[in-house]
Amino acid sequence: MSTQTQSQFFQQLKKYYTFYTGGFIAFVIVLAILEQMGLPPRWIGYIFLAATISLYAGIGIMSRTADVSEYYVAGRRVPALFNGMATGADWMSAASFIGMAGTLYLAGFDGLAFVMGWTGGYVLVALFLAPYLRKFGQFTIPDFLGTRYGGNLPRTIGVIAAIICSFTYVVAQIYGVGIITARLTGLEFQIGVFVGLAGILVCSFLGGMRAVTWTQVAQYIILIIAYMIPVVWLSVVHTGNPVPQIAYGQVLQKVTLKENELNNPATVLGAAEASVRAIYKEKQLAAEAKIKSLEAAIATGSADTIVGEARAALDAELAALKAAPEPDAKKIEAKTKEIADLTGPDALVAKLKKAADGAKKSAGPVAAHAQPFSGKGAEKKLLNDKPDASAAEIAAAKAEDQEASNIKRRNFIALVLCLMVGTASLPHILMRYYTTPSVREARKSVFWSLLFIFLLYFTAPALAVLVKFEVYNNLVGLPFTSLPAWVANWQAVDATLMKIVDINLDGIVQLAEITIGGDLIVLATPEIAGLPYVISGMVAAGGLAAALSTADGLLLTIANALSHDVYYKMIDPKASTIRRLAISRSLLLVVAVFAAYTASLKPGDILFLVGAAFSLAASAFFPALVLGVFWKRANYLGAVVGMLAGLGVCMYYMFITYDFFGGVAANEWFAIKPIAAGVFGMPIGFLGVIIGSLLSRAPSLEIQQLVDHVRYPSLVNDIETRAA
Amino acid sequence: MELSERHQEYWRKNLRITAVLLAIWFVATFVVIFFAPQLNEIVIMGFPLAFYMAAQGSLIIYVVIIWFYARRMNQLDNEYGVQEGEE
Repeated sequence: MSTQTQSQFFQQLKKYYTFYTGGFIAFVIVLAILEQMGLPPRWIGYIFLAATISLYAGIGIMSRTADVSEYYVAGRRVPALFNGMATGADWMSAASFIGMAGTLYLAGFDGLAFVMGWTGGYVLVALFLAPYLRKFGQFTIPDFLGTRYGGNLPRTIGVIAAIICSFTYVVAQIYGVGIITARLTGLEFQIGVFVGLAGILVCSFLGGMRAVTWTQVAQYIILIIAYMIPVVWLSVVHTGNPVPQIAYGQVLQKVTLKENELNNPATVLGAAEASVRAIYKEKQLAAEAKIKSLEAAIATGSADTIVGEARAALDAELAALKAAPEPDAKKIEAKTKEIADLTGPDALVAKLKKAADGAKKSAGPVAAHAQPFSGKGAEKKLLNDKPDASAAEIAAAKAEDQEASNIKRRNFIALVLCLMVGTASLPHILMRYYTTPSVREARKSVFWSLLFIFLLYFTAPALAVLVKFEVYNNLVGLPFTSLPAWVANWQAVDATLMKIVDINLDGIVQLAEITIGGDLIVLATPEIAGLPYVISGMVAAGGLAAALSTADGLLLTIANALSHDVYYKMIDPKASTIRRLAISRSLLLVVAVFAAYTASLKPGDILFLVGAAFSLAASAFFPALVLGVFWKRANYLGAVVGMLAGLGVCMYYMFITYDFFGGVAANEWFAIKPIAAGVFGMPIGFLGVIIGSLLSRAPSLEIQQLVDHVRYPSLVNDIETRAA
Repeated sequence: MELSERHQEYWRKNLRITAVLLAIWFVATFVVIFFAPQLNEIVIMGFPLAFYMAAQGSLIIYVVIIWFYARRMNQLDNEYGVQEGEE
């Protein structure tokens, strides 16, 4: 292939992937026909899983390589367009594919922080990093830190930060793979995790970056087709317009009208909602009263009797479940767990608090989807409870609302900033720009990357609104005897995703009686839109592609940081090529198995940890990387101080504010949530680089030449930094 | 490796383009968010404006910023003779 020119290579790739896309569509059509002929859904799931994983494995095996440059940076000849697709797949994880639309459904405008943050970050990648890193042209991000700042310390901090950010992230991906595999085939979650692990390893083990690149392109094509088809269909059904991104403006207006109706007790629907909310309000007050008496009992040391009573009540419920004519194994298991969790007064308090919070949420009015930073409704509540409130009371309630709204806005801004800067600092993304043939192509490639990512991210808000419309119009107000099939199906699959209970016993569905889990939105869309099961299988395969492709990129980042930066650069710089690749592959295997093992334990707070990765990356990497290019004076001490201070402040803030680490919300600075801790870490990081640099000598002439070298795509008598 | 006056000028121009595009990015992101409640009063094709920007408009601006930067810088490389040879 080395005799081929770049443009011939491009043409050939285009031919292959066009053929591949056609093949995938034909495959789906054949399955659809087989489904009509009676192929059971479970088989469709198996076939999708087997077909896509063996496809990725095929690409992985075809891309095997024994060349260091091929292994680490795909030979640096990935054309801009294809690197864009690979970056898109690398970037969009299970959380983007399955979780994003759900977050938007539940949070409305305030969820758009993720849409903006995860796209706008590419502007920073394009302007500050991609072209310069490409010119520098080595293998990893710690490589740049090590060369630019000299010494092993900046490189080591880079390696540690890269591993912290990437590991939690990869665990979340493998967790996602396990869930999707389990759902697609009905296998156990733990087995799903290890099937997924196999899927990841076949992509990256033999061919490193080269194999990962070409499978990621293939995975992008599957995931984008799988995401678009159900949304387009749903849009056609509801609006007659096949471009959901334009059509949903009209739908959003209808949703807003419906929200007003549901919140107005003078209407029929609104009155029914109000009756359900009143019941939730009672439940909330009852739970709160119980908490009070329990806390009083804890103070006097007589709480054990209350706990004993609660346990006895649960035992009786369990006995009733077991005595039922047809015992429900799932319910019995849940009840048994509930009894086991009730270890003492504190556990009971926590349980009651959860119940009170849940009821409080359902007792409130419907939040307006398009409304940014809504206050807590103190004014409305006041006027409702006390119609003759004085002007001073109204003003106080107004101020309270305004304050709540300001805090939400502040958090939105902080989160967007952290996600954007984090995007521009995550090593598995930056690494992709080492693989283009030139600086020119690197610049273009950022454009293609964002364009391909944009396709999914501007569709997700449309999907959220379309599903909301469906729920508000076609589900609310239905009698419980004629629920649509998709509701019953998902209720049976997983009650955390879909649950409808007739709270006020009027036989009619009210919005407050529906509990929807975010992940439902994407997974159930094909059924909501009335599409055959084969499309559901395709959506699951798309989610699998999104999770696998991201996991591939992350695992490679971790393994390369260890094998290239730690082993080759610091321990044994004379290692032979064969030895380097052998070490790299062994580490890949070890890290992958360790990550899969961690995922199989089902760690609870995984989603927070993924969000935290962005803040950590933003604080640790961004200042040192950007100033390394844009400020010649930045030096060794500055980089060390800046990275440590940024990372340190960010982690400290998370520890004191996030309950997973034993922190409390009262410690928050300016009421900023722990997920946006980078908003403090990053400025401190910049300050650290600047102060540290000014306190010590300017970097050597050689380093200053290196900075010029990365700033200009080509210079006469240029120095050479490219790694072979 | 001596940098000529032309080289310095190239870098200054690059900084200027970067700064202008960054300013656009800032407005499309943070100014829009800050004034979101006010912007939402304006409705276009059914979309409240702030909602539209956060869900779609700002994203389009980001894509255009990056497209423009790549095009402009690739031209600038040629104008100042710092472009790469055929790989």
